[in-house]
Amino acid sequence: MRYSILSLARGALAGHRNWPRAWRDPSPKRRYDVVVIGGGGHGLATAFYLAREFGIRNVAVLEKGWIGSGNAGRNTTIIRSNYLLPGNIGFYELSMKLWERIEQDLNYNAMVSQRGVINLYHSDGQRDAFARRGNAMRINGIDAELLDLAALRKMLPFLNYDHARFPVMGGLLQRRGGTARHDAVVWGYARAADRLGVDIIQNCEVTGFVRENGRITGVETTRGEIGAAKVGMAVAGNSSRVAAMAGMKLPIESHVLQAFVSEAIKPLLPGVLTFGAGHFYVSQSDKGGLVFGGDIDGYNSYAQRGNMPVMEDVCEGGMAIMPMIGRVRLLRQWGGIMDMSMDGSPIIDRTPLDGLYLNAGWCYGGFKATPASGLVFAHLMARDETHPEARRFRLDRFRRGAMIDEKGQGAQPNLH
Amino acid sequence: MRIPCPFCGERESGEFSYLGDAAPRRPSYSAEAAEIAAPVADAFYEYVYLRDNRAGEMREYWYHGGGCRAWLIASRDTLTHEFRTVEPAAGAGARPTSVERP
Repeated sequence: MRYSILSLARGALAGHRNWPRAWRDPSPKRRYDVVVIGGGGHGLATAFYLAREFGIRNVAVLEKGWIGSGNAGRNTTIIRSNYLLPGNIGFYELSMKLWERIEQDLNYNAMVSQRGVINLYHSDGQRDAFARRGNAMRINGIDAELLDLAALRKMLPFLNYDHARFPVMGGLLQRRGGTARHDAVVWGYARAADRLGVDIIQNCEVTGFVRENGRITGVETTRGEIGAAKVGMAVAGNSSRVAAMAGMKLPIESHVLQAFVSEAIKPLLPGVLTFGAGHFYVSQSDKGGLVFGGDIDGYNSYAQRGNMPVMEDVCEGGMAIMPMIGRVRLLRQWGGIMDMSMDGSPIIDRTPLDGLYLNAGWCYGGFKATPASGLVFAHLMARDETHPEARRFRLDRFRRGAMIDEKGQGAQPNLH
Repeated sequence: MRIPCPFCGERESGEFSYLGDAAPRRPSYSAEAAEIAAPVADAFYEYVYLRDNRAGEMREYWYHGGGCRAWLIASRDTLTHEFRTVEPAAGAGARPTSVERP
């Protein structure tokens, strides 16, 4: 069924009792052209673009739990393309352009809201760095505005401008950035992929790879062996574990990132605000809750929960820049496992094993990349050649010294 | 997460900073290694970039900056955050691995 204003009206008249299920619950077939491991946003988007852009519809997405139960359901929903370095800048702008038409592409309300993203600066040096970033964006056709103090005060009058350590001097604004409804993105891609014939198989954990003559020819799962001409991994924080099943060691460490949401309050924040100097960023959901976070905890973890020192650090950052949130109560807090790469940028490439493809290393920025990640990964698997916007995301770039180190931290994943 | 420091006793994790996996060893490297440049490059690539990234027990470096300021090697479960042992690092990580000649 196609969703429209008419289908909504009909559903409303029937008391919303007769909506058909949005995607099937098939049993795995013995064999697929492509098997995608991981039913998060990236895996589902990959399956959708394989079917829609490249006509490969005999595709299965295998998910060990339920779709969107990992980082796709745990992020802070921000979309933006305010990157500096070649390799990242074009890729994330491709993603932004796909966000801008995602609802038409998927026939699903992903609640994309281009409410703007502001990064604060606090010194002349930081202003110059932001001016450079904004100029790099504009050279690449991406919108960016450097806000001075007066312009920023007009937009966000409530900030603590006279902070002793980090006085606010202005900000870099990307108006096209904003937020999207993370669960709806998962559900939208799942439904659209399913309608094109993709099998979404939940509660199906991959436990090993099937190899023939040095080539990956399928996967072993908790629901039996499934053959595949090509297998793609899109498993985020579990990338190293799945790669280890294929005997591979990756330039990735898994770290925990916490996020927080407050009780709902009246409209306060018009867009997304990042206070990088204070390790704090925040937006306000449509329900009214402040959705915020900060740094990763900093130690390797697969536990999907963090610890108190970072909670304290994030809340201190929030209080420093928006002192009036001190009496807002915290509603929920959670952790997700980030696949932190050695240069802070993703890896989308073939692996040394024929038939196995890798999509990993998203660090804490995977959500905004969802559409482009799916498109370029589908391109790679369908045509066996790298998409132009992913040509720097190669697995061998670390050996070649061609890192994309946006933050300039070197090979220390907990600092990216 | 509380870390049982061998010098200070159990302290909260905010007093510590984390370096990472204690397994990688810096390859030995000398001027005459030029003739074996490829294996040296491979060994450094693995040392700098590749990680086991274990789910489960992992030996790792912590620094007790908020206490005794000693480098420690902890054995910790990355699935549960449980610390099994914490001992002084005492040069344990500085031993280089030698690159074998082909």
